[in-house]
This record gives sequence, structure tokens and C-alpha cells, in this order.
Amino acid sequence: MASNGIRDRVAIVGMGCTKFAEHWDKSASDLLVDATKEATASAGIDLKMVDAFWLGTLFSGQSGLTLSRPLKIDYKPVSRLENYCATGSEAFRNACYAVASGAYDVAMAIGVEKLKDSGFSGLPNSNSVGDGTRAGLTAPATFSLLAPAYAKKYGVSDEQLKEVMTRIAWKNHKNGALNPRAQFRKEVPKDTIACSPLVAGPLGIFDCSGVSDGSAAAIIVRAEDAHRYTDRPLYVKALSFVAGPAAGPIDPDYDYTTFQEVVASAADAYAQAGIKDARQELAMAEVHDCFTPTELVLMEDLGFAARGTGWKEVLAGTFDLEGELAVNPDGGLKSFGHPIGASGLRMLFECWLQLRGEAGPRQIASVARGRKLALTHNLGGAPGECVSFVSVVGAERS
Amino acid sequence: MTPMRGLLAYGAYVPYARLDRKSIAEALGAPAGSGTRAVAAYDEDTTSMGVEAARTALRGARTTPELLYFATSDPAYLDKTNANAIHAALDLPASAMAVDVAGSVRSAAGALRAALDARAPALAVLSDIRSGLPGGGDEKDGGDAAVAFLVGEGDVLAERIGHASLTAEFLDRWRVPGDAYSRQWEERFGEFAYVPLGEGALVEALKHAGITAQTVDHLIVAGPHGRSNRRVAASAGTRKDAVVDDRTAVIGNTGAAHAGLLLADVLDRAQAEQIIAVVSLADGADVTLWRTTAAIGGRGARSTVAAQLTSPGRISYATFLTWRGVIRREPPRRPDPQPPDAPAAARAEAWKYAFTGSRCQACGARHVPPQRVCVKCHAIDRMTPEPMRDVPASIATFTVDRLAYSMSPPVVVAVVDFEGGGRFQCEMTDVDPKSVKIGDRVELTFRRLYTANGIHNYFWKARPIRGGQD
Repeated sequence: MASNGIRDRVAIVGMGCTKFAEHWDKSASDLLVDATKEATASAGIDLKMVDAFWLGTLFSGQSGLTLSRPLKIDYKPVSRLENYCATGSEAFRNACYAVASGAYDVAMAIGVEKLKDSGFSGLPNSNSVGDGTRAGLTAPATFSLLAPAYAKKYGVSDEQLKEVMTRIAWKNHKNGALNPRAQFRKEVPKDTIACSPLVAGPLGIFDCSGVSDGSAAAIIVRAEDAHRYTDRPLYVKALSFVAGPAAGPIDPDYDYTTFQEVVASAADAYAQAGIKDARQELAMAEVHDCFTPTELVLMEDLGFAARGTGWKEVLAGTFDLEGELAVNPDGGLKSFGHPIGASGLRMLFECWLQLRGEAGPRQIASVARGRKLALTHNLGGAPGECVSFVSVVGAERS
Repeated sequence: MTPMRGLLAYGAYVPYARLDRKSIAEALGAPAGSGTRAVAAYDEDTTSMGVEAARTALRGARTTPELLYFATSDPAYLDKTNANAIHAALDLPASAMAVDVAGSVRSAAGALRAALDARAPALAVLSDIRSGLPGGGDEKDGGDAAVAFLVGEGDVLAERIGHASLTAEFLDRWRVPGDAYSRQWEERFGEFAYVPLGEGALVEALKHAGITAQTVDHLIVAGPHGRSNRRVAASAGTRKDAVVDDRTAVIGNTGAAHAGLLLADVLDRAQAEQIIAVVSLADGADVTLWRTTAAIGGRGARSTVAAQLTSPGRISYATFLTWRGVIRREPPRRPDPQPPDAPAAARAEAWKYAFTGSRCQACGARHVPPQRVCVKCHAIDRMTPEPMRDVPASIATFTVDRLAYSMSPPVVVAVVDFEGGGRFQCEMTDVDPKSVKIGDRVELTFRRLYTANGIHNYFWKARPIRGGQD
């Protein structure tokens, strides 16, 4: 029994990503059509050449008809799935396995979410409250539980922690300002971030990702076929997905300073990809910055910083666009908002641009110097009870 | 000799929040008197307060009630027995009958009388919330509280040595079902009706007990009107110093709970072999005479009425009106709260109402809520029920959620670790959001989380450990 991975067995040969925005004038169907058009054009194929589809969406539709109806897909397999905030990544993972298995030659993974039609601040709730005994926390509140726990464990003052959180938001907005597809395209002064109205715990509005609509898609083929579609494919090096036992909220041994699910999925992904030192080998990482304390903790869980030092590395600029390891070079959830089903594939889209040297003013210098690997990471749920996804893609087939 | 029947235990609950009567005067520009009144919080009702009083009564009690009478003038439900939620929260056996004696202040005297006259151990829970129209007497002079008495035979704290009741039909206070507030005839008519009833019933009870008024050590007179209460007390013939403070200056008149609350207050400080007379004026007069026993000295440390009088929980008049539903505030742009599903709530009765977790027989790990598979050793179906509602805990981490829906934002949520194992994430209440710290000690309290589609969602919250608690 082992997680063997499918290193270098499949490749991404085309991608599409809509602008993430308050698309008052577009439905989920419109966004799906837009992302599909761009992805198929990018791969130079007709939609008819796609053999099977995986659609990720949490709230914006059920069943494969959500995709086949707007695109008029003729009698092909379309799976709709969700896995919380890792939904888009999960669509990608399943499409990759389908191609690696030999079942299909060409697969498309696509994610979409239409959040802005609900009229709510933040995410809508899921269905039933059951017996009514679970504390009805909002997403920012659950992730804000990390802040006091981290500060206490590592002797960081409230003021220092706020500075770290502020710098993460500032950095991601700075990156997003350079990205035409981002929801927010403005740099935000640190003072504005630090003084924004509180939402939950120490989290101000600027510590939270936005709410937007969007869609992104990837075309996946066997690695050996990749050059029939593009001369610069991305090879899938690792795909790891884990669901934890959700023990944190009932187990006093969990200390709210880590996501054990992320540690497990990162270890699995690095083993699949043959990565020994992620910080030294990766050109970039797109991580799940739903809230600023999340990105802080992820720097340690993904092995980019030693335990208890992530906050210092953030302040030192290690994860800036020009830093040692660029994290969220596209602007992250902070600049894009978080249309659940689309986010994982939007992250992959940045890897696609960066490793192919197409990221324009955001282009990471280390790619030219020979770093050819990029990582995406999603998590869904809450501290102590989440699902986590880590992928590694590379520009070269080893 | 027949075994002595009387009070085996009791408990009182005065909510945390206080409304300064001056704040009513400031807002409405009309005099509202001085002092404060006790206010049931947005997450409390007569049922939840009844649970809190009954928990105190039963803590350490050796007798399990076989009957539960719940009395209130302000039931949370009609056509559904409110006593059942109390029964469930106390984890009483299914064989114990639970009934409401609902609708009026006199229900309380009836519930206690029924408990005393019963042939089995009985628990009388008396609870009330008093509201009135803004600027009215009930609003400023009313109060919210609950009290519970465990009645049975054996080592009683006090025995009933005499009682008398007088019933008369007259219109003093009334409320048509569906109305939010009661109405009242003029006080001087109430005085005319109540004074002879109170005086007459007291005389009867003293005769029944074979004692004189001079032997009464503590005289309690509770009723809807201060004037008639004072006149009955003055003409009772007891020593002047026997008349007890009715606590209305601090907590207000707590309706169905009030006579019982004052009895609990007296029991908190009474010596052995003292005589307590309780006169309750409500649609008649009900008098009970008690004699404390030597066992009163062993009542133990508990949350006394006196200790609960003072509270830092001051609320503004605007908050009071919001909690009472008079002011409807703009809700957050969040989905409305959803009611619990009846089958799911029924399956989870021991957890939801009694806060019963589970303990792994294989490794001893505690689980809150109960689990089938052990979080530590992964043993399957090796669990036994683990009562957790009286286990203190400390805060592992917390947050203040300013986005979540609440009648009283912001919502404070804490992850709490129980002494001896077990963790739970729950809302906090009766707390200043600015004062919460990791490591703070908390205890559980039974609350109504919210009401949706006419369904009350009862569950437990954590609150800072109350001062004066054992």
C-alpha cells in the first residue's frame, strides 16, 4: 500500500481562466463557456476532441448537466464534484487520473463558482444544521482561531502578528495589482490594511479574501502526446489530496497552529515529485490564502519555513515576488476572491503562465535561472478539520 | 413515625444582565425610579433559566425526582411541554413525569404545592420573564429569574409545617394568548382584593401549624403590588425584623419565580429550627410555613441569591429592547439561521440537552460530542456515555465573530478544553468580548441559541465561571 503518484504520466496542454470579478452580467453557464473557449483555444483543439470532463463546483450547480447543458456536450462523461475549497483542484486531480489510466486521451478539468448572486457577505451556508449543536462560525472566524494560538505558542505579540498578517495582505495585493485577471488590481497601503474594520478576531476586512465569480479550465493529455498540442506543456509531477479525521475541534492535543492535513499532503506530494527541499527547488507556490493567518501557517506546513519562524520570514520578504520563493505571485485569493470551484484551477493557471515565461510584469526571475517546478495548494474546511490538496507541476519531463 | 417530607435541595438562578432603571428614564424622558432589574439575555427563556436553577438544586442531591413541575407565566412553547427540555437537560430518567403548570404567576404556587403533596420525590421549577410596554410598570419593576426546589422525604433542609390557600375570582392582571404584554387593573383595586386574602390565608396557615405569628423568623410577601405586599406584611403580627427584603430594587419582581426566589434567599442564610412564612399573592393567596432543620447547616456552598444579586452585566436600554424583540435591528448580510431538524435533535437528545459526551473504554479518551470511533485509539463502538455539563474547562483559543448572525453581536466563540479531557468549540455568553483570554476558566450554561421558524434551538454555551459558585 502506497501513494505512488503519476509523475510525468500526464501533461497540461492548454488552460483558460476568466477574469475573477463581480460578474453581475454573467451566469455560471457564461463563465463555464468563457473558460472552456479559452482553454480549448489555448490547446488548439475543438471541444469535440475532449473525451471526458470533470466539473468542480460547490454551490453553482449539480450534476454534469451544469456543464453539458451550456456547452451542448454530446453524450460524453461529465462528472460534477465538490470537495470544499479544494473543489477545483479535485476536478483537476480526477481528470489527470482518468488520462493516466488510459481510459481517455483528452480530458478537461473545469471549475466555476457564482457567489455574487446570493447577496450575502462571505460564503452561503451549507444545507441543514442537523441537531443544531454546532457553533455557527463564519469562515473568517474559524480561521481567526489560528491567530491567538500562534501568537501565544511562539511568543509573538498581538502587534507583531497584526504586522505579519498585514504584510501578507499587502504582498498579495501588490502582486494582484500586476494581474489583469484579478478582482482587485490595486496596491493597498499597509495602514489601510491594518486599520480596516474588524471581521473576526484580529482579522480586518483586508485579512479576508474577497467574494467573486470566476471559472478556470485545463486540458489534460498523456505526457507522450503533449507536444502534439504545445511545445511548452506542463507535466504533472505530484497530486496529493487528504481528508483529515476532523479531530482538531474535539482533541485537546491539537493546538491551532498548523494544518496537519496540509503537512500530510505536502509530504505525499514531495515524495511523488522527488522534492527534497521545497523552498530551494520550487520557482513559486500558489497557496490557499483565504485569510492572512492561513498563509502564515501554510508557510510552515508546506515546509517553506521552520516551525515558529514563518512570521519572521514573512516580514523579511522571503515570499515576495522577488523573494527567495514567490508565494501567490498572481495575487492569491486576496486579489482574486474565492469562487470555490474555480480557485484551484486559477492557481494552476498562474503556474502555467510562470513556467512558460508568460507572466509579463509578474514573471518570476528564478524560472529563467532554472527553477522549473511550481506548487499549488488548496484547503477546505477549518483549522483542525479540513481537506488539503497539493500539486506539483513542472516545465520539464524527467 | 412517617418520614419527614420537605425541601431536600434548592437552587436559584438570576441572569447576568442588569438594566439600570435610570436608562429607561433617560431614553423615554419619564421617571422610572432607581435601581436595576435582572434581564434574561437574548439567549435565555423561562425554560433555559429553569434548567440553570434546577442544575444548582440537583448538584450533589442524592434523590432523583420522579416528577417535574415547571411553572411560568411566560412559556417558551404552547402545545408542547416545556418541562421536557428541562427534564432532558437534567438527564432525568424517562420514567420521571414532566409537566407544565403554565400561564400565570399562581402556577408557581400550584407547582410547589403539587410537589409537596406528591407521593414521590418531585422537582418544582419556577421561572419567569417579565416584560411590559416601554415606559410601563412591568418593564421597569419586573425582573427575570428562576428557582427550583427538590421535594421529598429524608434529610430535609426545611419541612412544611402548615399551609393555606384562598381563591377568589377578580381581574387584576391578564393577558390574552398571543399578546406580548400583560395588562393590569388599577393598583388600588388590587390592594383591595389582595390584602384580605393574604391576611386571611396567613391566619389560617398559622392556625394549621399551631404557631403564632410572633414565632415567625422570616416573613416573605410576594405579589404583584408593592402596596398590598407591604400592608400584608405590616398586619401579619410578626416581629418587624422578620420581614425580608423583597430584592425588587436590584432584580425586580420576577413574577412566578419571585416567592420561591425569596424563599431560596432566606434558606441561604437561615439557621436551624427557624420558621419561614411565605405569602404569595396571585389570583388569591397561598401561604406556606416552613421550619428549617439541622440539615440546613449542611446545604453546602452554592450560588446564593445574594451572590447573584450583584453583576457586572450592565446593558443599555437599546440592548434590552433589542433582546426583547421590541427593536428589530438590521441583520448582517448572512443567511437566516436554520431550525434544527426534529429527528436529528431527537437522536441527539443526550448530547444536545444534557451535554453527554462519550468515553472510550479502550483508552479512556473523552469525546465531546459523543463519537463511535475513538479519536485517539480508533477503537470502534467501545464508548460509554460521559456526562460533561458540570465539568469546568479552559479556553484553548477563541475568536470574536463580527459577521455571524446574532441577536446580540458580536458572537464570541471559544475552543474549550475540559478538565480531565475532552474539547469542544462553542459560543460564549455573559462575557465581555474584550476580556477573553487563552487559559480563562469557563463553565457550561444551557441556552436558547436562537429561534427559527418558531423552533427554539436549545444547546449549551460556555461562560466565565461565575463568582460565588462552588
